[in-house]
Amino acid sequence: METNSARRAFWALLAAGGAVLAVALGAAHYMEVHGHAVTGMNNQVVWGLPHVFAIFLIVAASGALNVASIGSVFGESDYKPHAPLSVLLTVALLAGGLMVLVLDLGRPERLVVAATHYNFRSIFAWNMILYNGLFAICALYLWALLERRLGRFAKPVGLAAFAWRIILTTGTGSIFGFLVARQAYASGVIAPLFIALSLAWGLAVFHLAQSGLARLAGREPMDAELHARVRRLLAIFVIAALYFVAVHHLTNLYWAKQVAFERFILVSGAPYPALFWAGYVVLGSLVPLVLLFHPALSSARATAAASVLVALGALAFLYVFIVGGQAFPLEIFPGYEAASTFGDGRVDGYSPSLPELLLGLGGLAASFLIALAGARALPILAPAKVAIAAPAPAK
Amino acid sequence: MNPVDKRRREFFGQAAAIAGAMIAPGLMLYEYAEAKAPGEPVSGKVRWGMLIDTTKCAPGCRECVDACNRENGLPGTTRATDSQWIRKVDLKDLKTGKAVSLPVLCQHCAEPPCVDVCPTGASFKREDGIVLVDRHTCIGCRYCMMACPYKARSFVHETTTGQSPDVPRGKGCVESCTLCVHKVDKGGTPSCVEACAAAGHQAIVFGDLNDPSSEISKRIRAATTTQLRADLRTDNGVRYQGL
Repeated sequence: METNSARRAFWALLAAGGAVLAVALGAAHYMEVHGHAVTGMNNQVVWGLPHVFAIFLIVAASGALNVASIGSVFGESDYKPHAPLSVLLTVALLAGGLMVLVLDLGRPERLVVAATHYNFRSIFAWNMILYNGLFAICALYLWALLERRLGRFAKPVGLAAFAWRIILTTGTGSIFGFLVARQAYASGVIAPLFIALSLAWGLAVFHLAQSGLARLAGREPMDAELHARVRRLLAIFVIAALYFVAVHHLTNLYWAKQVAFERFILVSGAPYPALFWAGYVVLGSLVPLVLLFHPALSSARATAAASVLVALGALAFLYVFIVGGQAFPLEIFPGYEAASTFGDGRVDGYSPSLPELLLGLGGLAASFLIALAGARALPILAPAKVAIAAPAPAK
Repeated sequence: MNPVDKRRREFFGQAAAIAGAMIAPGLMLYEYAEAKAPGEPVSGKVRWGMLIDTTKCAPGCRECVDACNRENGLPGTTRATDSQWIRKVDLKDLKTGKAVSLPVLCQHCAEPPCVDVCPTGASFKREDGIVLVDRHTCIGCRYCMMACPYKARSFVHETTTGQSPDVPRGKGCVESCTLCVHKVDKGGTPSCVEACAAAGHQAIVFGDLNDPSSEISKRIRAATTTQLRADLRTDNGVRYQGL
């Protein structure tokens, strides 16, 4: 039975999320009316803060499906009760990310054009199909998980969802990986890197959502044994992501033509090196690893802190990856020093504007609202464990 | 012959002469300048291209840039959010210190990365090699700008003013050099080429790369020319001499 205070808390959170979303929609409208001139983006840094939030949400969306996949595909029954929330979060995060991406378009009202004109050589066009497909698969998956009579379909649909999300994140990474001309991207390792990042970011978001929603609903927190497994899993995913990031940079450092770019991103190109090392590596990866592995820090609070840091580290990583990657001058004339009125040979500045930040936060708010409302409307949260009485000892 | 018949005969004679005078230049243009008639599809037999001779391009000269801005109704300002379809780049060889000045514009690649990545197909290449943006299907995602190896594209960041009737532009869409397609289709030459010639530099040659007898083909056969970022194998329609 829901208490009055729980009901009040739900409506208060709904109102707060709605207010952030309303402000974000206002910011998007302002940018559309005035054009992108009122943002920090320009002809050199063409993707800015909205893309940082959008890519974070889309990558985390695919990773949020982890828990459901572990239950349905890999048969780990302890995870199964949490599968519906895992699927709901995927839908919520994906919707939030796509909202930001669409509202940042130069012509957002032409979404129907994007839906009716496909260039199948474009990984962007493929991604539109992959994103919409994931919505459809998640809807079926959720149905199979929640409707007892369809339970037998949960495994095959779960398998399809697992394969689909791996392909989808490969597609998201390839948006950058296929950019042949840019020093920061153009690498096959970006696709597996994005998959590793998605595993970590998605599980961190899942943990935060699960503990928050369970608390709101007055349910017991995740049982201790499963909590310990989730902690280890999150740590492994954070290490896997670090590994791929290291491989990407080390490969670049081996190539003479990429050394200048690496020096810029890792050493000299403020603010990107600080964001990379302090933001992503230390606060977003190493500190969470300590929080997750240290035996004295096994509380749910430590896991929550680690999850928050992983998510913040994700934003720092993406800011460096997306904005820093564009800020470094494109090498059109190898062996020459270049100068022009169009930023040739020069590091480009980018100062994110308030409307961009608000739009990005609006994406988070949209995801939050969908998860909050979905968890209330559907029986999403794991039921409390029924204690089975031990047989009485024989007298 | 009665006077009415005489006047009628004179009238037909004059009408035929006027019609002939009006049609003849058109026929001549189609025949000699490879212009296409309105409604006639673009031919893949032609590949328009440019040769830019950097040894003739004067440092500090902006005639080509100014002419482009005038022709295409661009503001001509150079803030980070302003469109620049053609820009002058000053280069200095890092080893020898040799200085070179040259214009950079859309390279009208045979394998254009912007066309590959465009989700809606708004970025497209005509049969004659001119790479354009369809302003009706561009959604303003800027993926083409991320993909272009030459930074040749601009995004329209604010409401446009002073548009040219021949060159539609619009806020929220991506744009770039059209090779003055509205002039080329009528047998004309891109404005930057004309301006460079008018300034006495003759640093830009425009023509059909597929026609062995065109001036551009002869020059490319005679001199060593380079394509920017040739390692990417985009097979640019714009070539540089003296780089």
